[in-house]
Amino acid sequence: MSAQAQPNSFRTGPDERGHFGQFGGRFVAETLMPNILELEKAYEDARNDPSFHADMANYSTHYIGRPSPLYFAERMTDHLRDVSAASGRSGGAKIYFKREELNHTGAHKVNNVLGQILLALRMGKKRIIAETGAGQHGVATATLCARFGLECIVYMGAVDVERQKPNVFRMNMLGAKVVPVQSGTRTLKDAMNEALRDWVTNVESTFYCIGTVAGPHPYPAMVRDFQCVIGNETREQMMQAEGRLPDSLVACIGGGSNAIGLFHPFLDDKEVEIYGVEAAGHGLDQLHAASLTGGRPGVLHGNRTYLLMDRDGQIADAHSISAGLDYPGIGPEHAWLHEMGRVKYISATDQEALDAFQLCSRLEGILPALEPSHALAKVIEIAPTKPKDHLMVINISGRGDKDLFQIAEHLGNQIV
Amino acid sequence: MTWGFAEMRYPCPHLANPMLKTPPMTKRIEARFQKCRQEGRAALVTYVMAGDPDPETSLAILKSLPRAGADIVEFGLPFTDPMADGPAIQAAGLRALKVGQDTVKTLDLIRRFRAEDQDTPVILMGYFNPIYVYGVDRFLADAKAAGVDGLIVVDLPPEEDDELCLPALKAGLAFIRLATPTTDDRRLPAVLTNTAGFVYYVSITGITGAATPDFGKVASAVERIKRHTPLPVVVGFGVKSGAHAAAVAQGADGVVVGSALIDALKGTLDAEGRATAGSVEAVTKLVKELSEGVRSVAKRAAA
Repeated sequence: MSAQAQPNSFRTGPDERGHFGQFGGRFVAETLMPNILELEKAYEDARNDPSFHADMANYSTHYIGRPSPLYFAERMTDHLRDVSAASGRSGGAKIYFKREELNHTGAHKVNNVLGQILLALRMGKKRIIAETGAGQHGVATATLCARFGLECIVYMGAVDVERQKPNVFRMNMLGAKVVPVQSGTRTLKDAMNEALRDWVTNVESTFYCIGTVAGPHPYPAMVRDFQCVIGNETREQMMQAEGRLPDSLVACIGGGSNAIGLFHPFLDDKEVEIYGVEAAGHGLDQLHAASLTGGRPGVLHGNRTYLLMDRDGQIADAHSISAGLDYPGIGPEHAWLHEMGRVKYISATDQEALDAFQLCSRLEGILPALEPSHALAKVIEIAPTKPKDHLMVINISGRGDKDLFQIAEHLGNQIV
Repeated sequence: MTWGFAEMRYPCPHLANPMLKTPPMTKRIEARFQKCRQEGRAALVTYVMAGDPDPETSLAILKSLPRAGADIVEFGLPFTDPMADGPAIQAAGLRALKVGQDTVKTLDLIRRFRAEDQDTPVILMGYFNPIYVYGVDRFLADAKAAGVDGLIVVDLPPEEDDELCLPALKAGLAFIRLATPTTDDRRLPAVLTNTAGFVYYVSITGITGAATPDFGKVASAVERIKRHTPLPVVVGFGVKSGAHAAAVAQGADGVVVGSALIDALKGTLDAEGRATAGSVEAVTKLVKELSEGVRSVAKRAAA
């Protein structure tokens, strides 16, 4: 699949300079470098400290509500088997949902925020900043800052503030200050620029809680480690349910934290097929947010990765119906897994995601967020082509409540 | 339940690079600092954005800067996502991009500047992505040919020296490093290794054009850096007036001004962001004031 030599393990990265192959690194202003090295050391200390792991486990269980269930989606499975039969294939994979939307705050984001906030406390940092797209990472950060009595400032693109109003209100209720970002395209990438500008200004007092597996080293590795609970639980739960590993994994990708969390523990199980689903927006020939499918390597926000950009290296506008996927880049480890061919990266359009959202809501009584609706769209496409004993896991990374206003608008309904 | 931390290796980052033995070619920069020393004063370094608000006006401004008293000129490479810049330079970059400014055109403007001025050092300042996309080797060759003397690339710390710093030095371009208040004595040697031309001390932790530094602290910070390097140390961020420039000139080998010049330019643009008759002059007027500020401070002339 790839011209590059395959490594013995896909799970040993990054190297000491934060590189996954050619991707990753530490492309930040000098002002931030001492802080980033301090963070790297603090994280290294924490991961070797049993008390840190004990705190993580304790809050995960009693505050977040882990483990999240691995749920056999029976009616979705039956439906897709009917689809398979109608096309004369008589297959249809057995679909499991990893229910990350049941976590406290309604998404996988809280797994990572818990880790980073516990780390911030160890480092004595009292002021927390974060960027957010859909608002899920902002809500999770605001939540844990409230829980631990920390000041919280969330940068959010002005466009996203508009389309994710319920989450803005939630953050306000939690005592966080939401700063609408008016620069650039006024979406997630600009929120990240503004958070970096804040950090460079308040570097001594402030901990930057990045919401995805991007940014300068050690963030991509650290955030991944905090999210790997998703895949580790899935492994155990699938062994209990079926006595074996799943045959395939599917997750949506903006920056890619929910996906890497599910994928990473399975990367060396070569028989497990892995699918990452990017946002194809209006279509790959139009405005979209599929960095791997439609971009090329560049440097932004502290790391080298695939980016949507023009011929001159100017960052292009991304588009997705889902604010959480509306980002012109992707985590560097995904860029590497793409080039190594270990993970297959595909994409779903706005319309496909909306259709999948509705199907899931009606068949399973679960309103998925628009982000995992992209992954669902590809499950709907792929599952009917697989045999009935094929075990497929999709990460339902967040719940759809935050998206209801926007979905109503697209469907031509109005919520009073 | 166990936490699945992936295995990672974290040795100390290898910073210093021993390959650099011969001093790079920074003749114009050295000559200019030598001239300032002989005149017993600090150097004035000015920053404007290439293509802001249009290519011809930005070239006219660039040409006017040395005549108004600038000793070294920095030309900004526009970028959509300038994460270390404040609103003034962000907006300047977007104005330039809006009229189609790109790296090729920026190098062309420098070529035209160099045709008339062979002595004033030109420093290109920006972010790595446009250079990376242009192709590092091709960029260095074209920049050198256009008459560029040095590069300041904000998002390339010493940890990423392999990317551009070392190839630039090899190509005969100075890679000018930023030192900041967070760069402590332990880190300074790493920051100064492989740097050439001069050292740019960022006087505040923050973005361009935002806060004004405590000028009293600037002199001691410069002194600290000079204990580690024979290179001239210039100071920027937050310098807005002739008085500020004079204050910084007390303790530094040079003063950098950027956002204030861009604000002066912006004040002359019409409702559509286009240049007007007074655009170039608004910038040169401020440069003259800054130049007088710098020249008002007598420094010990070098032997």
